[in-house]
Amino acid sequence: MTNSKYRKDFPILSQLVHDKPLVFLDSANSSQKPLSVIETVSNYYLNDHANIHRGIYELSIRATKKFEDARLNIQKFINASSAHEIIFTSGTTAGINLIAQSFGKAFIKENDEIIISAMEHHSNIVPWQLLCEQTGAKLKIIPIFDNGELDLDSYKKLFNARTKIVSVVQASNVLGTINPIREMIKIAHENNVPVLVDGAQAIPHMPVDVSDLDCDFYVFSSHKAYGPTGIGVVYGKEKWLNRMPPYQGGGDMIETVSFEKSTYNKIPYKFEAGTPNIADVIGFSAAIDYMQQIGMKTIFQHEQTLLQYATQKLLEFPDVKIIGTANNKVGVIAFVLDHIHPHDIGTVLDYNGIAIRAGHHCAMPLMERFNIPACARASFGIYNDEKDVDALIEGIYAVKRWFN
Amino acid sequence: MSDLRDLYQEIIIDHGRHPRNFGILPEANLHKEGFNPLCGDKVIIHVQEKNGVVEKIMFEGTGCAISIASTSLMSEALKGKTKQEIESIFSDFHELVTHTQANEKVKERLGKLAVMSGVAEFPVRVKCATLGWHTLKAALLRDAELVTTEDNL
Repeated sequence: MTNSKYRKDFPILSQLVHDKPLVFLDSANSSQKPLSVIETVSNYYLNDHANIHRGIYELSIRATKKFEDARLNIQKFINASSAHEIIFTSGTTAGINLIAQSFGKAFIKENDEIIISAMEHHSNIVPWQLLCEQTGAKLKIIPIFDNGELDLDSYKKLFNARTKIVSVVQASNVLGTINPIREMIKIAHENNVPVLVDGAQAIPHMPVDVSDLDCDFYVFSSHKAYGPTGIGVVYGKEKWLNRMPPYQGGGDMIETVSFEKSTYNKIPYKFEAGTPNIADVIGFSAAIDYMQQIGMKTIFQHEQTLLQYATQKLLEFPDVKIIGTANNKVGVIAFVLDHIHPHDIGTVLDYNGIAIRAGHHCAMPLMERFNIPACARASFGIYNDEKDVDALIEGIYAVKRWFN
Repeated sequence: MSDLRDLYQEIIIDHGRHPRNFGILPEANLHKEGFNPLCGDKVIIHVQEKNGVVEKIMFEGTGCAISIASTSLMSEALKGKTKQEIESIFSDFHELVTHTQANEKVKERLGKLAVMSGVAEFPVRVKCATLGWHTLKAALLRDAELVTTEDNL
């Protein structure tokens, strides 16, 4: 493999950056968009836009159909049992906040316990901390081993009668670790505890089947999965969503409104107050079509090949340390370089046309766990190939020439 | 974009690798911690101040070459200066790192600190260059709030 045959589908990648061909290695942060997604959003605004769920005229009917078809497409993509279980939000962060607040209001009170892991993104820590501040509940943390895998024995011991929910990431945005969530969900269910899975870093890279996983909630974003920004999905089992109160009030989420009392719409609309991001929902559906045309297994294999190639190349540097060496990883490699700060790595690589992420990756507790202030991270998408990895390796040589 | 050499001048690489006045200062009477939440960089500034004169600055922390070098150069340049003098140097320094066409007079007044002028061509690195400075300023003002670069837009 020398070239990714998918690269040509992404117009943005054909540009030069600082007079060098762009090498984009920051897909875990936000992926680029194929032309089909860009054209879908553009065509929607050019031809079909009107507000949904209220018009009695052609444009509104057409927009509503496209919007609801997108919901069906997403339902099938993750194999949810009903389209009512698919709620649109602005992203993973909004999705976790929705569940924390709504599930929290219904089921969590003082001294109850919420389990999360030590590798969570801030978006799966802070919403629960807010809930704990409001209710007096407590956070329990699943520890991780030095290789970046979760300590499942400790996880099992965290459960007790006060445990109300587990919220855990499927694939870590820093370590790349793919957690054994199917097994973790089974353990939680044996304790009668529901599980929320943060799938932001899994959905773009591997097949996901929520029915097979048997998770109670699954949240993800469009923008990391070749779709537009500002759109995300909450999947929730109907039995939970029906028992949870609305998160936000407004249009679309009501059945009747009077000044004395309002009654709420059914799911999923109960959780979709206000005019949604119609164009980008439709755009996300096009991104899902794009991924499915390639096939999620093919995407996974492609990125695994790159991950192995890049890992092996990086390990040839005696002064590079990879953070996260779990057996099962998505195409994410976080690393530090002796005596050279990640920001300086990022600037020199950028000067060579290479885009990586440098910093704490919205996972400060994880940085503390590995005793580093920050790290550099290269991450892969379907458009990357070995040439991109070779450019990264050349770039690291350039970094070392600057600072050593 | 200008050349990387404008950003990473030899003095900066040198101060980044071997920061001057790095460590604790037992005689310090002012201490302040600064933080860049975007990248996780931290700096703790220790100042020995007497009658409005900064007699010595030492610092600790983690950061990139730009932030360590900038704080190191600052700790040398501001030694023995009064608070008023420091205010004026601070405003010159701020102009230096935020304006690509910084005034020649400003550069002249800043002397050795003018090596930081390349930062102006790299807007995302301005916060790295000013973290130590904002932290020192807060220490001198005896500001109790934690300094974060996000307050200093």
